[in-house]
Amino acid sequence: MTDAPDPMAEIRGSFFIECEELLEAMQDGLQEIENGGSDSETINVVFRAVHSIKGGAGAFGLETLVRFAHRYETVMDAVRSGTLDVNTDILKLFFRCADHLSHLVRCSRDEDAFLEEQGRELIDLLNNSIGETEPADEPEVQIDFQPMGLNINLDLDMDGPDLSMDLDIPVFQIHFAPSAELFETGNEPFLILRTLQDLGPCEITCCTEKLVPLEQISPETPYLSWDIVLTANVDIDEILSAFEFVDGLCELKVDQQNISTLAPELSPLEVLPILEVLDVAPPSPLATVLPTPKPTPSAVKSVVRVDLDRIERLVNLVGELVINQAMLSQSLESAGLSPHSDAMNGLEEFQRLTRDIQDSVMMIRAQPVKSLFQRMSRIVRESSAAVNKDVRLDTEGDTTEVDKTVIERLADPLTHMIRNAVDHGLESTDQRTASGKPPQGKISLTAAHRSGRVVIDVSDDGGGINRPKVHQIAIDKGLVPADATLSDSEIDNLLFLPGFSTASEVSDLSGRGVGMDVVRTAIQGLGGRITITSQEGKGTTFSISLPLTLAVLDGMVVQVADETMVLPLNVVVETLTLTETNLDQVRPGLDVVRIRREFVPLFDLGVSLGYRSALDNYIDAVVLLIAHENNSRAALIVDEILDQRQVVIKGLDDSFYRAPGIAAATILGDGQIALILDPTDIIDQAQEISPVKRAS
Amino acid sequence: MENINMNDIDTSAPAEHLTFRIGDQEYSLDIMCVREIRGWTKTTPLPHAPAYMKGVINLRGTVLPVMDLAERLGMGSSEHTDRNVIIVVKHNENMTGLLVDAVSDIIALSDDDLRPPPEVGGTRGTGVIKALTLRDERMIRVLNLASVLEFESLDAA
Repeated sequence: MTDAPDPMAEIRGSFFIECEELLEAMQDGLQEIENGGSDSETINVVFRAVHSIKGGAGAFGLETLVRFAHRYETVMDAVRSGTLDVNTDILKLFFRCADHLSHLVRCSRDEDAFLEEQGRELIDLLNNSIGETEPADEPEVQIDFQPMGLNINLDLDMDGPDLSMDLDIPVFQIHFAPSAELFETGNEPFLILRTLQDLGPCEITCCTEKLVPLEQISPETPYLSWDIVLTANVDIDEILSAFEFVDGLCELKVDQQNISTLAPELSPLEVLPILEVLDVAPPSPLATVLPTPKPTPSAVKSVVRVDLDRIERLVNLVGELVINQAMLSQSLESAGLSPHSDAMNGLEEFQRLTRDIQDSVMMIRAQPVKSLFQRMSRIVRESSAAVNKDVRLDTEGDTTEVDKTVIERLADPLTHMIRNAVDHGLESTDQRTASGKPPQGKISLTAAHRSGRVVIDVSDDGGGINRPKVHQIAIDKGLVPADATLSDSEIDNLLFLPGFSTASEVSDLSGRGVGMDVVRTAIQGLGGRITITSQEGKGTTFSISLPLTLAVLDGMVVQVADETMVLPLNVVVETLTLTETNLDQVRPGLDVVRIRREFVPLFDLGVSLGYRSALDNYIDAVVLLIAHENNSRAALIVDEILDQRQVVIKGLDDSFYRAPGIAAATILGDGQIALILDPTDIIDQAQEISPVKRAS
Repeated sequence: MENINMNDIDTSAPAEHLTFRIGDQEYSLDIMCVREIRGWTKTTPLPHAPAYMKGVINLRGTVLPVMDLAERLGMGSSEHTDRNVIIVVKHNENMTGLLVDAVSDIIALSDDDLRPPPEVGGTRGTGVIKALTLRDERMIRVLNLASVLEFESLDAA
């Protein structure tokens, strides 16, 4: 993108961001209706969401989107007005339409091709549901471009108060005529009128004298103005503050009526220069004037949209702060200060604050997993339809917050897991009935925070893993030796081996050769772990445990050939010391360490990294047992384990030189850089021979 | 470094160059690509890196790769002392540290001062030296930063 920023593209961008929110609201509403907890307002919410998308899409000329949204909305309107009952079929159709609408929005955004076939089918279904055939040409534009004035009349309380009734309450005569600039700056007179209405009873008259015939209307010229009679026990300042944002952008005149009793001298108000006030009569200086408590608007969560780059920068700065603080505390300690001195106490406080700031900053990036879960419910609908199974998705904990990047990168693996659960996990309806289960299969998706990590479970109530079958496939594919005896959990873990697929027939849905190993790699790429538990006849649960953020990492700080390095803690299974008895040599160049009944290949990290040549004697050396991605294990020899703590991840500029085995870097308390290792990469580099198969 | 007053530089005026020493040779770089000069700090070596890659250092919270210019120019490594400096340069939005023996001076060089390097081909440093100039009877080599930094793909293959 070398072009100068296009203002239209920006508006378009924000339209699509809004669409995401509207789609989410729509999904929520439909979900609520499905769960039976809906009232008449719920369908209105859904309707409004679709309508807003339509309106915005119209402004950007996204015709396919408008046409579809319009049909959708029409049917929903029939539900709203009570001419159409919501039954399961209609709801299913609504869900499918919601999915299609999301699809259209995304395609419009990315300028991809639409699934036109599906669109036509859904439009036909929609039309059928209200017994209508599609009109040749929908006069839909009429609805979209009604003058704003109508809405105002509908929403505002037009029952003007009896002005002569109470002379103690001041009555203000307000004339408000927006100028063109008011609209250019994106202000909305309606909102101002509404604010006035919050102050007290208003009688609002729209002056349409200046309105010209339609064909002469210039869209940028304001023709309407308003006369408002406000009866309220308020200060004139409060009225003026309603116009604060349009200061200088309109013609405004505020007069106070019934001032006959007190007749104050006419003096310009102090606020005069702020507003373009033509003629302001001061309010009666009665001491008894009570401020009217403004009615609080419904508790809307106020949200600010922030550029991700800015947050990124803040995260980086906080990372530096953490490093700096570590450096400071190290230098104060080495200066030999008493731990009870003021400086040390202050430092402790500083540490606490730094941690709090770090947590808060991480919270900014955190997002509820809800949007992700909603996508998954769509996947369930699509995939269950494809394999002709009746499946329900239960979600729990969708307010659990995780780092935005984690959510984004979780979408693919999770989609895959859900599809697997629908396709392989759940039995067919007939099988379910035969085994005495409810015909509808259930998949549940839960998220929860557990000891500083996020745990996401995908479980199904299907038949569980068919272990003999899995074992046989693994043997057939040569993944395990034929005579190996494996425990149940070992068999379950075979699913994660590359190139493993249990589906005897390749279905449309999954089994395209990308298996659970891809899922596992993706999860590990996020610093996570995935585990599997299965109970025959009861179902299978995949459990993903993830760090809350990608900006910090739980690491094991080790010393290797005079260099300090960090290993991600999640790959370290256990640590041990080499002794005469557990160290064996298979052949020169391949040493193994015996851990319980397993032989694990041994690598000297210092040698693997090219920092030193092999030592003569490894007895008493410290060894870290690493879980390798493809389920095999390896043992890494390090010189010393220094610490176990959180480190801030710094990217390495690999445009220059891409170091093998290195994932990133971090800055230690002494200001030195320590490299963060990618153990899998190191082992791959060091393993010229094929990985040692698990021996029985 | 950053206090160069732009108003003092006329467009027709000669470009300022930072001169520095590697061994007994003098080099110079256009000052506009120099961000800062730092004292020598211990680098963290990268595994299996070519000899000219000294490693990385912490530059106020970012990880800065450091290149040993002597190695890069094929002059072999020398022992590093506290008096060595790292010149931080920016090229194509990437920051890189160049390890040199010492920084000497800032000189103004106009086009008239520059002589093209003699074209005797085939050596490792080809293209790295953009021009030669004479200052107090000493030869100063003007470095072409782009080719100093961008040869890796060729060399690594």
